Amino acid sequence: MTTGTQGDVLKIDVKREIDRIAKEIAKVLGQDLKRRGLVVALSGGIDSSVVGALAVRAVGAGRVMGLLMPERDSSPETLGLSRSLAKSQGIENVVHEDITPMLDAFGCYRRRDEAVRSVVPQFGPGWKSKIVLPPVTDDDRLRIYSVIALPPEPGAQPIKARLTTEAYLGILAASNFKQRVRKTLEYYHADRLNYAVTGTPNRLEYDQGFFVKLGDGAADVKPIAHLYKTQVYALAEALGVPAEIRQRPPTTDTYSMPQSQEEFYFSLPYNLMDLCLYALNQGMTPQEATAVTGLKAEQVERVYRDIAQTRASTRYLHLRPQLVGQVPEIHT
Amino acid sequence: MSHVTQSVSDQELQQSVRKFIVENFLFGQENPSIKSDTSLLEKGVIDSTGVLELVSMIEAKHKIKVDDNELVPDNFDSIARLTQYIRRKQGA
Repeated sequence: MTTGTQGDVLKIDVKREIDRIAKEIAKVLGQDLKRRGLVVALSGGIDSSVVGALAVRAVGAGRVMGLLMPERDSSPETLGLSRSLAKSQGIENVVHEDITPMLDAFGCYRRRDEAVRSVVPQFGPGWKSKIVLPPVTDDDRLRIYSVIALPPEPGAQPIKARLTTEAYLGILAASNFKQRVRKTLEYYHADRLNYAVTGTPNRLEYDQGFFVKLGDGAADVKPIAHLYKTQVYALAEALGVPAEIRQRPPTTDTYSMPQSQEEFYFSLPYNLMDLCLYALNQGMTPQEATAVTGLKAEQVERVYRDIAQTRASTRYLHLRPQLVGQVPEIHT
Repeated sequence: MSHVTQSVSDQELQQSVRKFIVENFLFGQENPSIKSDTSLLEKGVIDSTGVLELVSMIEAKHKIKVDDNELVPDNFDSIARLTQYIRRKQGA
């Protein structure tokens, strides 16, 4: 859909940016964080792979620990892809922690399934589910999450149901155990090794609050939070991230049914979301943005509105705990 | 049911919608800048979860089934529009 010209606005000097980020990570680690290395949770996705590779450029493979934390709903390729990234970057300290028993103990799956069952009563053992949003560019409809539930019988048709407030929040809260358990383990290993923890959001995710507070949103350093996802892919190639990771469609890898990031959060393919966010950040009117995005002005307008609303509703994710009195010795 | 709700005047219905919004989204603190035609989404009073809450409230309290294609700002984005939407659905 986008032409070369449209994609060109996000072109950067990749090698220079890799050098700059690596130097900055090393500086932050030594001067501010005062830690001896970096923990990177590898998911087999593009963002964590690029962060893993940048961590190696910053401090050397010997000071990077790769943590693999799949669970029951993870895609079967996750482990192989993560190991392939570690191998490509020379990361030898790789630890595999299956977090399914921990999530079971928290009641993650049971609580989530109960919430799904509240809107799809027939949802039972062996069923799979995911939550989805309608596309943002099609019409002016308010974007409300629905659940899609798939019966276990071969060839069975999925059932789609609009979520109630309780069901939506219940599914979200239960699923968030996954990111929070992972972050707990990342900090366990970081504490044990005197390492810092990396966060892997790209600019789209960081801007739109596509992370779990005190889950994947928690980190000591977020090396690619300023980069559009298109730019992350460009870095991946230069960093030698294996092609099987670079060519894989982005996924949330959180729900038991395969779920694209568009369905869950962005409502548009990432390259178009990147261009819309870029155009908005550059102060372009929807009309001006048509040349950059290839979308119609009214479609851009809807995306702009959605970006602004999502920014506003996820602002709290970026806030640190709010004090109600001054502590000037700590916060200047 | 329709007979009962029709006995509520438009003004009372609007006040009831406003009361729900003030109690649920503004912690009971009236905000004079929110007029009946103020965009609740643009003003940041409601977000996507807030829309879900409004849908749940309308369906439960006013015994209305909100269809997917009715989930548009024209029906949900201000106190006046919500009131008109509820009234239209009750009359349908």
